[in-house]
Amino acid sequence: MANSQQRTNALPPEEGLLEPWRRTFHGLVFRRIFLPSRPKSTERHMTNRYETVFILTPVLSEDQTKEAVKKFKDLLMAGSGKVHHEESWGMRKLAYPIQKKSTGFYHLIEFESEPELVAKLETEYRRDERIIRFLTIVMDKHHVAFAEKRRTKRSAKKETVEPSNA
Amino acid sequence: MAADNSEIRYLTPIAIETKKDKYCRFKKMGITYIDYKDEDFLMRFVNEQGKILPRRLTGTSLKYQRKVGQAIKRSRHLALMPYVADMLK
Repeated sequence: MANSQQRTNALPPEEGLLEPWRRTFHGLVFRRIFLPSRPKSTERHMTNRYETVFILTPVLSEDQTKEAVKKFKDLLMAGSGKVHHEESWGMRKLAYPIQKKSTGFYHLIEFESEPELVAKLETEYRRDERIIRFLTIVMDKHHVAFAEKRRTKRSAKKETVEPSNA
Repeated sequence: MAADNSEIRYLTPIAIETKKDKYCRFKKMGITYIDYKDEDFLMRFVNEQGKILPRRLTGTSLKYQRKVGQAIKRSRHLALMPYVADMLK
């Protein structure tokens, strides 16, 4: 028994502990038991890249839309999120009416956060009646690469447009 | 003379439908991500009623057809593309 005790102590906890289980004709049979694994370090949070687009009602004034956008941006900033990119598409025509409205104010935010924050954000979207539609998706690596490429392209376009205007 | 009559002759050769090889444009162009925000591009994969075209017509490979479908559905949700339409093109 003393020997078996030594053996059990020698095993690292990930591989489980050997416990004497049954005495058979051949001798003792050991059983491998798995103790609850070591608590995962709480400092390291898992973060994902997300992209969220929401549509605001067209009845709002310009200041009101700005305020609504700011509200959601602040929500992301406050909840340990990191806003990577923000884009306002302005007033656009909807392909089909939503809540009897044919236009909407589109806004896109690209951010990085823990998954819990997304749930919070979406409940906030549902509560807010200024929002008529929203979509939040996780970005995979191709999407991230694409978004960065698109951003550089857009900024390049803007730079080329501005001098011609001036 | 007799030999000429047996053959039918055309001034211009009639167009015989030859099978064009379909290919997956995403594989060919090396596109890995299909953007749901780009509704003009996604319109190519949709018929005039707004329905998603099958793979057998567009030639897209299965891997990318799934992505196309998802992108179209996302853009429909955001009202960038219609769910149902008439005379889209």
